[in-house]
Formats: sequence, C-alpha cells, structure tokens
Amino acid sequence: MKIHEYQARELLASYGLPVDKAYICRNVEDAVRAYQELDVPLVVVKAQVHTGGRGKAGGVKLAKDEIELRQHVANILWMDIKGFIVDRVLIGKAVNIASEYYVSYVIDRKSKSTVLMLSREGGMDIEEVARNTPEKIHKIAIDPLVGVPDYLAREAAFKLFDDIKLVREAATIFQKLYKLFVDTDASLAEINPLVLTDEGRIKAIDAKITFDDNALYRHPKIAALFEPTEEEKKEQNAKSKGFSYVHLGGEIGCMVNGAGLAMATMDMIKLYGGEPANFLDIGGSSNPTKVIEAMKLLLSDKNVKVVLINIFGGITRCDDVARGLLEAFSQIKTNIPIVIRLTGTNEKEGRALLEGTKFHLAETMGEAGKKAVELAK
Amino acid sequence: MSILIDKNTRLIVQGITGRDGGFHTSKMKAYGTNVVGGTSPGKGGENVEGIPVFNTVREAVIETEANTSVIFVPAPFAKDAMMEAADAGVKLIVCITEGVPTLDVVEAYRYINLKGAKLIGPNCPGLISPDKSSVGIMPTVIFKQGSTGVISRSGTLTYEVVYNLTTKGLGQSTAVGVGGDPIVGLYYQELLEMFQNDPETDSIALIGEIGGDAEERAAKYISEHVTKPVAVFIAGQQAPPGKQMGHAGAIISSGLGTAAEKIAAFEAVGVPVAKEPSQIPELLKSRL
Repeated sequence: MKIHEYQARELLASYGLPVDKAYICRNVEDAVRAYQELDVPLVVVKAQVHTGGRGKAGGVKLAKDEIELRQHVANILWMDIKGFIVDRVLIGKAVNIASEYYVSYVIDRKSKSTVLMLSREGGMDIEEVARNTPEKIHKIAIDPLVGVPDYLAREAAFKLFDDIKLVREAATIFQKLYKLFVDTDASLAEINPLVLTDEGRIKAIDAKITFDDNALYRHPKIAALFEPTEEEKKEQNAKSKGFSYVHLGGEIGCMVNGAGLAMATMDMIKLYGGEPANFLDIGGSSNPTKVIEAMKLLLSDKNVKVVLINIFGGITRCDDVARGLLEAFSQIKTNIPIVIRLTGTNEKEGRALLEGTKFHLAETMGEAGKKAVELAK
Repeated sequence: MSILIDKNTRLIVQGITGRDGGFHTSKMKAYGTNVVGGTSPGKGGENVEGIPVFNTVREAVIETEANTSVIFVPAPFAKDAMMEAADAGVKLIVCITEGVPTLDVVEAYRYINLKGAKLIGPNCPGLISPDKSSVGIMPTVIFKQGSTGVISRSGTLTYEVVYNLTTKGLGQSTAVGVGGDPIVGLYYQELLEMFQNDPETDSIALIGEIGGDAEERAAKYISEHVTKPVAVFIAGQQAPPGKQMGHAGAIISSGLGTAAEKIAAFEAVGVPVAKEPSQIPELLKSRL
C-alpha cells in the first residue's frame, strides 16, 4: 500500500526524524496562506501523487515570492503525472543543500531480510545508480533478532559521513527509521534525498514509504490512509469477496482457481492468438456465491466477449464447482459463450452435470484456450 | 530416496483441531503419512481420528518424537507457530498459511535457521513424495511415484503440470510447493541441489512466476551445478507491471521480475522453457 510524501513525512516526524514542517494545500489561496505562515523567502511546491518522476514532469518547483508561488501552484494542481491527477500540493521551506544522500530500509528477497541501503548518490534515481554504478550503493542486511545496534548504525553512517558529529546524528536517524519500518510493517522506507544543509544540519527532504498489504490488518490507522484508484477499488472489492482480480483489457475473460494457474491461463489465451480481459483467481472455494460475484465482476467489463473458466480441482471437487456454476448462471443471464474446463477430483461427475447445457466443455487447458479464442473471433 | 519427506517422516499438525487442520489431517493420514500428533493450545488430551492432541509443540515432540510439522493456523499466529516448532526441535517446518506479514516471515525464518531447522513456505501447498508421505494439501490422487522432481511457487499450476507428467508416464520422486510469498524458506537452489544429489530423481520440472529474481539465480545455479535434465514453465507473461497477481510475491517491481527476463535467463543456459504447462513432459523426455 502506498501513501503520499506528506503522509510519509508526518510519519517520519512522529518517529523523531528530522523533517521540516510543510503544509498541504488543495488550492492557490491555501498555498498563499501557507507561504505566509512559513515566512521564508524561498519555498518548494511539490505535487502529491502516488508515483515517482514528479520533478521531471514539472511537479516540483521553487517559488521565491507570492507571484511565483501562485503561478506554480496553479500549474501543478490538476496536472496529470503518469496518469495520476494532482489534487494536493505540499508547500515547504526550501533548503540550502550542501550534499545529498540516499538511505532506505527495504525487504530483500535474496537475503530474506530487511536491508539497509545507503549511498552518497542522493537525490538521484536509485535504480539508475544501481544499474550504472552499483559499487556506490552499500547494503547491510539487518538481523531481525538484533535490529540496528549503535555500532551497526555508526558503521552505516561512516559510509556517508566523515565528521564524527554527523556520523552520530546519522546513526540515530538510521535507528529511528528502522524502528518506524518494523513498527509499521513497511516494505520500503526511503529518504531520498537525505541532505546535509549549508548550515550543517541533516534533514529528510523527501520520503517514500510503502506498506506490506499482508500486515494492514494490524495497522488500521495506516490502512485508513489508502487512496485507491478506480482500478484499485475494483481489485480491493474483489479481495474483500475472497478473490483476486486485475483488469487487463482484452476480450476473453477468465476465471481460474489458483493464482499461478490463472496467470498461466492468461498467457495461454495470448499464446493461441486471443487477448485476456483479466486475471481472476477465485481460490479454493466452489461456493456459488463467490462464483456469482466473480462472474458479475468479470461481465461488468463490456469488452468481454467470451468467458473461459479453468478449474483444476484438488481439494476443491469438480462436481461442487459444476453445481456452483449452474446456480450462478441460473441467476446471471448472459448470451456470452462460456468455455468450461474441469479437471481433477470428481471430474467425471462434474462434467456430467454440465452435459447438455449451453456451456462449451473442454477436457484440457489447451483445448479450452483454443476454443475460447475461436469463439471470440 | 526422494527428498525431505519419506516413510521416516513423523508429522505433527499445528492447528489440528481447526477446520483446515482437521480436514487435511484426515487426508494425509488416509494417504499413509505417519501423522503422530497435533497441537492446539487448550485442547491437549483430546484426539482427532485417534491422533493425540497436545497443548504445546514441545510436549508433542517429546511424546511422539515428531521430526516434521505442518502449520494450519491463521496468518496472525503463523510466526508464533513456526518459532514454537523450531524451538521444540522440529527439523522440517511446513507453513501452509497465506497472508503472513513479511516481517513475521523474516523473523521466523531467521529463528528457524538459528535452530538448525528448515522451513517450507509460507503460503504453500506443502510437499509430497508419492507413495511415501504427503505433508500439506496437495491432491494426492494426481501424483504417481517416479523420478521427476518438481519445484514450484504455485498451487493449482503445480497440479496442472503434475497431472501432465503423470498422464505422460513421468512419475514424481518429490514435489515441493515453495510458496507464493516474496520471502519463503527452501527455494530453488536448495531444492535443485537436493534433487541433483537424490539417486531416485533423474529429472526436474521447475515452475516459476513473475516477481523477484529467484528464477534468474536458479538458472545460474543449474548451469554450474545441475547435470540432470531440467524443464521450466514461467507463469505471468501477460502480467502488467506493478500489479500483485494473486500471490504476494508475484509482482513486477520497477521493471524487475518479468516473465520475459526469467525465460531468457533459462534459455541462455540451455534450459528449455515450455510454452504451456502440457509441454513439460516432452521437454524432459527428449533429454532423458
């Protein structure tokens, strides 16, 4: 789950991390008021959207007086940055940057742990740094049973600073950021750039935090910060009903039991010359209500011309699935051709139940895929 | 021989009195798995189909000499269950549960390592050595004893591949579902090594999907250490970037973890990649 920069900054502040106060404004007049409150000559105006590349898109601007402020805010509000419309800007004091650094905690699959990433190449696209000059990125795997003790925080800080006063200050920042990471079940907590100001202070100028969806159940306040796009609302709704859905755009809708099999089904449709409309994993249940809900969602996509149902019944019994499908389609009236593949436990009984219906039955996944593509033409 | 589980497996079921725990205990027992006990705090002294239930894993291990545990507890309690098993001396811990917070897995995995045990999962269907032992929820009827090792991140896609293997005459030595989470216990490398060293395995089917770079690392490992024939299928070529496709670990992040990259990594080292699951058996047969 993503949150906005200003929310990440607030979280950092609550953990005692050095981040300047900033204001969130939704219109020019609020921005002007914020500028007056800040009472500094130079401020930064930053678009607040759930994507990177804001600077490149013109969504981050400095303003040295009210005229520039009004201009920038007016330009940035309602700007479209990579498909996200800006409805909020952050107004904050501009900082005199002496040097920029990168620091983050991130879940690392390879080491199966949280990793502390540091670099003196701050304020840049870290993925580019990783590609071009990987030796400039330091990675320290954190033992979850030990955390970040003083010596480790210091060792990390010495990678960025030489002055012992700054080292100690940075070490404390790393420890506090780790606490935030673990306390909130983050999957990424990134400060880029962490800066050393001309005045010799260390500050976080930008922050990005993403959270582990699996842990949101134990962080209701964080879960409340979720601002889903229309697509994400659909996906969220599906999840709440017990299945996973991702919209794609083709005309062959699919409903499958199991995420891997669902991905393989989408791939197969494409392999045989069709276009999958969606990814839909209904999981292990043959319960008719779930099938009905899933079918409704699938058919709400007006592009869908054919539906392919691919079920491999393991624990789930094929005859249960067949009964569920029959009930579902007695409630949902549609003329769209439905291809059904049922294999596994009780497959004979399941297929027998569907004989003589309008469903197109297939025995193998390949057969089902080919049939669906044919019917979509 | 097979790997990890066989007739010497002595299994306890954590969460045996729950709905899933009870249901799958019954199935595993019917298959011939040696289920020696189960745990459910507060229900010690009861029994499930004659299998003794204990309050703690430590008690269960002492009383039954269990060496393996399968966990059927809800996600909020999974870390605790895994750590309890490790502390009690269980050597192979199989966690079926989906939805476990990643930092919980990080901690449990570290602790399990510390205790010299192995973890499979979480968010996995378990593993099976046909005609010897089944630990987890795999539908035993589709498996046949043979010599193809199977390693997969998936559940039903694994069954699809196994079904194809069985019907085309390629039985399985052991099939392991490593799980769909971003961080799991035993993964491709360790299992490839085990299969390479297993005299009962003569070929390996590897099923991967988008997300992470475990497949890329597996390709490198195979090129350096595996001489037995391997065939691969990678799911998710049609997955859009940035979207989680069901499994918590199945997500293309910042352009990394695409199916195309994984397929290219295997092809670059001469490991054939099936265009669809049903192609796996012929790819293996042609190299056996």
